[in-house]
Amino acid sequence: MKLTHRNIDKSNSGSVTLVPEEPEDMWHTYNLVSVGDTIKSTTIRKVQNESATGSVSVNKVRTTLTIQVESIDFDTQACVLRVSGRNVQENQYVKMGAYHTLLLEMNRQFTLSKHEWDSVALDRIDTACDPAQHADLMAIIMQEGIAHVCLVTPSMTLVRAKVETNIPRKRKGMCDQHTKGLHRFYDQIIQAFQRHVNFDIVKCVLIASPGFVKDQFADYLFAQAVKMDDKSIIDNRSKFVLVHSSSGFKHSLKEVLADPSIAVKLADTKAAGEVKALDDFYAMLQTDPDRAYYGIRHCERACEQQAVELLMVSDELFRAQNVAQRKRYVALVDSVKENGGDVKIFSSLHVSGEQLGQLSGVAAILRFPMPEEDEDNDADDSDD
Amino acid sequence: MSRHRIVRTMNYEDEYYDDEDEYSRSVEDNYCISPSTAAQFTWNREKNVDFAAYMGEEEVINEEEEDIEVDCAIPRNDSLNDSSNIASLKLTELDQARLISCLEEARNILGDSLPESVMSSIIIQNGYNLESSINQLLTQLDAPKPQREPRQRKNRSQVLTAASDHGAQIKEDSSTARSAVDSNQPSSKLSAPTAPLVTPSKAASKVVVGFLQTETQKNTPPASPASVKKSGQSVNRRNDASPAKNKDSVKSSSLNSGLSDANSKRTVSETVTSDFKTSCLNAAPLEENGISINTIDSNLRNAVEFMGLDGDKETIQSSIDAMKPLQATPKAKSKNSKLDAMSEYAKRHGNKELLNLVVIGHVDAGKSTLMGHLLYQLGNVNKKTMHKYEQESKKIGKSSFAFAWVLDETEEERERGVTMDVAQTRFETEKKVITLLDAPGHKDFIPNMITGASQADVAILVINATRGEFETGFDAGGQTREHALLARSLGVGQIIVAVNKMDTVEWSQERYQTITKKIGQFLTKQAGFKDSDISFIPCSGLIGENLTKPSSEPKLIEWYTTKTTLIEQIENLRPPVRPIDKPFRLNVSDVYKGLGTGFNVAGRVGSGYVQPGDKILIMPLGISANIRNVYIDDASVNVAFAGDHVNLTLSGVDMSNVNIGSCLCDPSSPAKSATRIRAKIVVFNIDVPITKGFPVVFHYQAINEPAVIKRLLSQLHRSSGEVIKKKPRCLVKNSSAVVEIELERPMCMELYSEFKDLGRFMLRSGGHTIAAGLVEEMVQIKTPLNGGGQS
Repeated sequence: MKLTHRNIDKSNSGSVTLVPEEPEDMWHTYNLVSVGDTIKSTTIRKVQNESATGSVSVNKVRTTLTIQVESIDFDTQACVLRVSGRNVQENQYVKMGAYHTLLLEMNRQFTLSKHEWDSVALDRIDTACDPAQHADLMAIIMQEGIAHVCLVTPSMTLVRAKVETNIPRKRKGMCDQHTKGLHRFYDQIIQAFQRHVNFDIVKCVLIASPGFVKDQFADYLFAQAVKMDDKSIIDNRSKFVLVHSSSGFKHSLKEVLADPSIAVKLADTKAAGEVKALDDFYAMLQTDPDRAYYGIRHCERACEQQAVELLMVSDELFRAQNVAQRKRYVALVDSVKENGGDVKIFSSLHVSGEQLGQLSGVAAILRFPMPEEDEDNDADDSDD
Repeated sequence: MSRHRIVRTMNYEDEYYDDEDEYSRSVEDNYCISPSTAAQFTWNREKNVDFAAYMGEEEVINEEEEDIEVDCAIPRNDSLNDSSNIASLKLTELDQARLISCLEEARNILGDSLPESVMSSIIIQNGYNLESSINQLLTQLDAPKPQREPRQRKNRSQVLTAASDHGAQIKEDSSTARSAVDSNQPSSKLSAPTAPLVTPSKAASKVVVGFLQTETQKNTPPASPASVKKSGQSVNRRNDASPAKNKDSVKSSSLNSGLSDANSKRTVSETVTSDFKTSCLNAAPLEENGISINTIDSNLRNAVEFMGLDGDKETIQSSIDAMKPLQATPKAKSKNSKLDAMSEYAKRHGNKELLNLVVIGHVDAGKSTLMGHLLYQLGNVNKKTMHKYEQESKKIGKSSFAFAWVLDETEEERERGVTMDVAQTRFETEKKVITLLDAPGHKDFIPNMITGASQADVAILVINATRGEFETGFDAGGQTREHALLARSLGVGQIIVAVNKMDTVEWSQERYQTITKKIGQFLTKQAGFKDSDISFIPCSGLIGENLTKPSSEPKLIEWYTTKTTLIEQIENLRPPVRPIDKPFRLNVSDVYKGLGTGFNVAGRVGSGYVQPGDKILIMPLGISANIRNVYIDDASVNVAFAGDHVNLTLSGVDMSNVNIGSCLCDPSSPAKSATRIRAKIVVFNIDVPITKGFPVVFHYQAINEPAVIKRLLSQLHRSSGEVIKKKPRCLVKNSSAVVEIELERPMCMELYSEFKDLGRFMLRSGGHTIAAGLVEEMVQIKTPLNGGGQS
């Protein structure tokens, strides 16, 4: 993302102009825009003209519109962000208050203005505009009969394809059906993989599975690549890494990313860091449950005591429609930072973020043990 | 005239539509008929036209005279004088006023769909409570109009009558009851499988069972069970039979309570009777709706909980178990075929017992070799093949794997020397037919091992006696413990510990004893096996010592005085009681193309039995299919029972609709499916605690599915089961809890309380088994969409 203009005054209201450059930036934008903001961007609008005789003609006009956001919609597969709301700046084509849906596009700048830019939003802009190259990686998580082809970027894990086939089991004297089924399964994965991989972006391809499936698959993949004369796979053979995972489901991507042998390769992906932090939290919960808190109430109480060492927050919470709620979380983050604590904002698209989201969205590792109080059980647990 | 108007400013609508003059027209022009004509000739529902006025009253009374008690609770919409006046109900003025106001409200909601008399009667029943009466009216609206099926209706009401009569009769003296039992003797023969239930001299719980039987019977679909006694006419054999049985059982149980001195039994039976009556009444409208199956369960549950006040847990369980068979009775099959099936099972039962045996243990303990050699010694593998295996394995430098190749058939397995998927074979001994499941030992293939163990009744735990090997297998991280725990949690009750590779330690007694001591302690203390259900045996799979023949090894004979061989130990195992009389269930563990047309599914019959030609339902998709053939071990059979590993050829359904984990079931009592369940779990020794939102892999029968622990409801005491803490923050190792688990897609499961074997599951995470669980309740919930953006 490129920041072309920034105008935020002392009271934290103002606007920024950004140019998204890659799909990932759309995710950042999705996290920045909230209901009530105004957003200005160029768009195509159907305009109806009525001539003097009363005949009506419709034509599409590219125009710049400013709308006040009412709803935001993010498509993870296509990485497209649609923002809709009412027009707040009248021009020759569009009346004041007319509804319009902006489709934010890559490489087309937009201006976002908020009444109040909070620290989390500003941080988000900084990270989004960080030009450091990051590694995108492709992961094929599989077990016999099921496979997920995922693209892991710093803040997103996108399941590009899910392959599920029925593989007949081995049975007395009829093993060929099993082998045939297995090959059909591998073929499907290879197809999905070829369709989605882009070796210009992808720095590393993980093949993870329990047992010997990964080895078998890798052999089969390279054999097929030679057969089909697929240069891209043969040339990038060094990018393939085989890792052990306990199952072929999406959430075992977490263990794959935590695997020390590949952690080196992925040092700069945010995903790996998040996994580590969450693992630490669970380890703490086991060894010293009084130093691992989760749930907003508990974390806030810990924060009051300046006990928070590491705060983990799911970015889902900052997308809250409710302003008061958003402010509550921002306040928590700010006060932890003030007290010298570390804050990690998890992407809800990652597996670890998904898990954190299930775990009420906020968790904290404390500096010192704080005995748990029992009074507030019932109120905040009724969320799901 | 229009010429003079200003056309431009004219309101066209006025011009066009306002030209009707109010004056100089008659009423008819507007309404087509005059009010007086309307009053005379058009029928208005709101007016109480007494259609049945011309009919004699007596006739109606005759027909209904027996169900006064019941009918007062059921809306009298089935009587012919529908439109009797409110006034005839003789209400006080106050009630009248209340009734009218309620009626008005009800009309606002329901419109004219029901006659006023029906509404008013229901409102009166509900004590002028608007809400409840509207509820009742609505359920009634949903039900098909009873008038269209007068015959069924009559029968139903008669059964109700009969049932309530039985309720009353129970309080009467026992002598009449005895005679009733005698008179119904022939029909009780028809229901052979349940016959033991109704024999006198059973415990108190059985008394209750009798009532519940009536209840279940009544709720179940068979449409026109005419009472034998009342109607006297035989409708058809099957319909005839069920009420007869009801009566039979009720009476015998009443006989029971009459004979027994214990007061408590009496009270139980009486309370349940009243409970039963109410549930009868509740069930009546639902029955018409065709959703009676749900009510059966809830009724059963209610009743059982009711009993729970008096009886201890075991009686509840036993009575639940005992009740279940009754659901099986309204099968789509004819009585005759069922009779055949039962007798066939008895025949086979008398012949040789079936036992499902799983072989478990740490990787490289020699499971496959041991079993391969056993099969060879029993003559199940011919010498020629064995010779071939020996040669081939020698060729790739793995001559010690020759026997394992009997079971490890895929190229991959032979190449790597590791069993990867469960191998299944069958062999016979003198007294038993044994289905052998050879499970993989490698920790990555535990999902496959779970599939095998969940289909087994008993297990052989193979231990590697070699120095160092036993220790690694038994220590944390080894599969010996995990396998044993898994097997126990999946319902394996008896276990043989085969201390294998004794030849590598020179048949040392000392080694044998240390191993058996350690394992024995673990199995009894931690895994929860009974002492009497564990047996130990020293052996060697590779040289085949002490498998089928008593050992000739001098070092072993020296101290091994009992001289039991492995095969003798297997003979001594007791097969479990199989739920043959429950509805048919089969969890598909494999789908493949057979030789002929159609396709095959494989799995173990979980309960009930199956025959070629049966119609079955594939859940959770709810597609029906036909069974063309039933194979056991590649031989076509007429019937397969619970416990059998079968291959079924299906027709009438596409192969893509059946996958591993689908449940084939009896269409008359389909398996339930849910995306969210409530379960009791026992947490094993885990590294990270379980919190809510914890992602796990859910293993149930042959399926493994990703799942999330949604809520921790309460933490329980491990042994007593008391609630220690509500809504715990996390579950640490070796605890026990009630949790809610959400699955990604609907899955068919059975409650542990109903089908013991089919109500167990395992939770795994990160390659470790973290918990074993029992399904307590299916919580049907639509998955809500997440806040935004997620795929």
